[in-house]
Amino acid sequence: MPSFFIWMSSIALCCVLSATTMAATVKVGVVLTYSGGGAEFGQQIDRGMSLYLKHHAEAFGGHEIELIKRDSKRPGGDIAKTAVQELITRDKVDLLTGFIFSPNAIASASLATQGKTPMVIMNAGTAWIPNLSPYIVRVSFTMWQSGYPMGAYAKEKLGCETAAVGYTDYPPGKDSLEAFQTGFEKAGGKVTDTVPIGGPREVPDFTPFFQRIKDAKPNCLYVFVPAGNHATAVVKTYTDLAMAQAGIRLIGPGDITQDTKLQDMGDAAVGLTTMHHYSADYDSPENQAFVKAWKDAYGADSTPDFMGVAGWDGMAAIAHVVKTLDGKVEAEAAMNALKGWTFNSPRGPIQIDPETRDIVQDEHVHQVVKEGGRLKIKVLETIPQVKDPCKALKIGRCAP
Amino acid sequence: MRDGLHSYLRQRHRVRLWELLPWLLAIGAFFVFPDYMAFGTQVLITVMFALSLDLILGYAGVITLGHAAYFGIGAYTAGMVSAHLHWTEPLSALAAAALCAGGIGAISGLILMRYHGLTLLMLTLATAIMLHELANVYEDVTGGFDGLLGIKFEPLLGLFPYDLWGHTHYWYALGVLLLMFVIARCIVYSPFGQSLVGIRENVQRMHAIGAPVYQRLVIIYAISAAMAGAAGGLFAQSNAFVTLEVLSFYRSGTILIMLILGGVGRLYGAFVGALIYMLLEDQLAKLSPEFWEFGVGLVLVLTVLFARDGLLGLVSRTGRVHS
Amino acid sequence: MWNALISIVFDGLAYAMILFIISVGLSVTMGLMGFVNLAHGVFAMAGGYLVVSLMSHVGVGFLPALAVAAVGVALASVLLEHVFYAPLYKATELDQVLLSIGLVLMATAAFTYGFGPAPVSIRPPEFLSGQIDLGFRRFPTYRCFMIAMGLLMAAALWLGFERTLIGAKVRAAVDNRRMAESIGVNVDRLFKLVFALGSGLAALGGGLAVDIWGLSPNFAIQYLVLVLIVVAVGGLGSIKGTFIAALVLGVMDNGGKYLWPEGGAFFIYAVTVAILLIRPDGLFGKGSG
Repeated sequence: MPSFFIWMSSIALCCVLSATTMAATVKVGVVLTYSGGGAEFGQQIDRGMSLYLKHHAEAFGGHEIELIKRDSKRPGGDIAKTAVQELITRDKVDLLTGFIFSPNAIASASLATQGKTPMVIMNAGTAWIPNLSPYIVRVSFTMWQSGYPMGAYAKEKLGCETAAVGYTDYPPGKDSLEAFQTGFEKAGGKVTDTVPIGGPREVPDFTPFFQRIKDAKPNCLYVFVPAGNHATAVVKTYTDLAMAQAGIRLIGPGDITQDTKLQDMGDAAVGLTTMHHYSADYDSPENQAFVKAWKDAYGADSTPDFMGVAGWDGMAAIAHVVKTLDGKVEAEAAMNALKGWTFNSPRGPIQIDPETRDIVQDEHVHQVVKEGGRLKIKVLETIPQVKDPCKALKIGRCAP
Repeated sequence: MRDGLHSYLRQRHRVRLWELLPWLLAIGAFFVFPDYMAFGTQVLITVMFALSLDLILGYAGVITLGHAAYFGIGAYTAGMVSAHLHWTEPLSALAAAALCAGGIGAISGLILMRYHGLTLLMLTLATAIMLHELANVYEDVTGGFDGLLGIKFEPLLGLFPYDLWGHTHYWYALGVLLLMFVIARCIVYSPFGQSLVGIRENVQRMHAIGAPVYQRLVIIYAISAAMAGAAGGLFAQSNAFVTLEVLSFYRSGTILIMLILGGVGRLYGAFVGALIYMLLEDQLAKLSPEFWEFGVGLVLVLTVLFARDGLLGLVSRTGRVHS
Repeated sequence: MWNALISIVFDGLAYAMILFIISVGLSVTMGLMGFVNLAHGVFAMAGGYLVVSLMSHVGVGFLPALAVAAVGVALASVLLEHVFYAPLYKATELDQVLLSIGLVLMATAAFTYGFGPAPVSIRPPEFLSGQIDLGFRRFPTYRCFMIAMGLLMAAALWLGFERTLIGAKVRAAVDNRRMAESIGVNVDRLFKLVFALGSGLAALGGGLAVDIWGLSPNFAIQYLVLVLIVVAVGGLGSIKGTFIAALVLGVMDNGGKYLWPEGGAFFIYAVTVAILLIRPDGLFGKGSG
């Protein structure tokens, strides 16, 4: 008799256990550059993701999230593609996320379609990427979102009649150039010189490029360089060549005033005006909580930046999908859940455009000021809910 | 005398039983690891690339840090005939890739083979990087950094469509590799191949006996370039995507490392080196995405310190000890 | 027009001096021992990180930190040389390539582990910041400092190699190793000395470069090609060659970027190919044999 009870209770226990584990684990494939030149970006996004998982486990509706992380190593597309192929076929992930470099996202798009796996892009900013697959959603940005309004702002509010553009010679740089030029010329400005200023990998000596620009005497210099050490070198070179004294104002997208590099730039950066969607210095309650959680987790000297917040928001998007679909993630349903999704991000209110599946967010005009011995970002103006202008205006490849 | 040479070559040329091993392993891998075929295809492509390098490095003694140039030329050729010319037959596109790369290999070989040592190393390095820059400048044609899209090929031989698991591509790559290997083996065991070894070992003596050193080097360089181009073409076809990275110094450097790891001048060193290196990179990266380079570096260092002549050298030495 | 020319030459000069300081060690060790050490950039990277650590954690000033870094890395390199390089003097170049690349990979991962993947930077001292007035024009002070350091090192090395006994021994060994050994020069011991000196110099160059080039764990890989180019174009084993090559490449690179930015890095490689096609042993290299 006792053995019968033991049997029954074990069976019952098994049923209960399997029922709780029926709150299925959702597998998320994370493809980031954890090594090589993009390692610092991979780390920022990874940190943002982990932080959200830690602080908002309840947002997933009781489901466990298993992150399967793969290093995409280089921006060549092939390693990312193989990793995605394995994640889909072997690991059978429910979602894909990450993607720092655009070629990696571009290479993986067809797999997302073929494998019917939703892809939440956390960085790759080439404007027409969401057009490549119906299952792509982006929570980061496009270069047009910052460049195009900056063009108009520079002419109308900053008094730039003429502008030279320096841009790193690869697609994000060219995108940013085109975006700024379109916006600037539409507002009546004139772009005098467009100078490619080296490649994205090594930090070149910007002096010959800036010297050339200085000789042409524009009112303003719009610079795009990839986030990282390039930005610090730009500001240093700008100061070394005394360009401010020559009457040339330095502007650009927020990549050149990235939070993680700001303090290193020194007083030379004061007065820099940029346009971006995030700074760690925003004083909304969401951001203050976010920054505090970040510093608690990763050290008082560390700071989140636009990549960190992309990791956070991307996870929030995934949580929304998982909760809405109760753990049974399926591509079409996931897209329907994300189209029109709104969220109070640390960067401000964001939403996913139902037509383009791309991010819609506020763009802020940043100015670097010195306060209490530290450099800070002050917001001069906010342009609300900017949709990607490239797709909106159907420019070039952005046309569907 | 002549009979002696021919019989010696015929004896060496004879296929030994253990030579079937890598092919059996490759076939077996399909059944044991069906979910890793995408990775497997990339390994086969890399083996082919390493094999092409072995022809010039292992047999003719030409050290190059720019072999990715031919890999890239092959990749872009195969990619562009599809993306721009809408030519979708894969085998002919592959042949075109090999031919283009071989042609440019012949032309560049005419200049490069007049140099050797560090000079040749730097020349190959610099020209490959310039080609990389060129591809970036002409990004309207090549797709540039963001890559060449729109590469689509018909099913292989009209019969075998491509699937998400990469199965068709695996067999395709294996078939092409077999073909390339047979060609390489025939070259290496021919009198021509023997003269290459002579050039590698003692180029003064080869000149002294009147061997056409320069001509032979250019020929083998062109053949090697064509093979690298075929590997590149397969790369473009299996990934349906080509970026500037195919021309990168990184690619040239790593293929050299893989070959040295496996053992140069042994043809099969290409198989061992490419497989071990890529497996190592793949598995270590899954273990530690941030620090896997340490493990790979450690293996390289240990191999050099304890297994001179590469991993295959270790095997042959142990073999000799036992026999 | 003149202004632009002066800028190009000046900046090219500053850039060239860093290249020279970092590369000269590799040129001499390769010329002396024929050892292909692709891990040379690791010493520059280590020097840079040592300077950064000393300045931010220990509070040492910039100049003392540079000195400590140079000496520290030189000493550490002696150990490295003994464990990894010495067993491979007689090995093939390919094995040496494999070893040095293996070391580079290990170093990259190790520095990523120790310092994180993000680039680090330093704040040079006040007296080295800003601009200096040289009468006809103002120049950034830090770059003047770089040029001064480069010229100082070049002079010191030249004196050391041309005017001292040890320098003579090194030159003899580079010219003809067997002859030098047969007249009693202990080339192995000489090599250790030269290796340590070269590594220390690389560390100095790395420390100087942090403010201009930035520093991340990828430094050794990123600048490998550039260093190799300077060494090959200059000619192995020649200090004068490395200096001139660095100058030519530095100025041409800057000039190219000023006049034709779309060309990108084309100039440096085109110049390299041109020089090597005409003078395969580099500008001042010894012939083979």
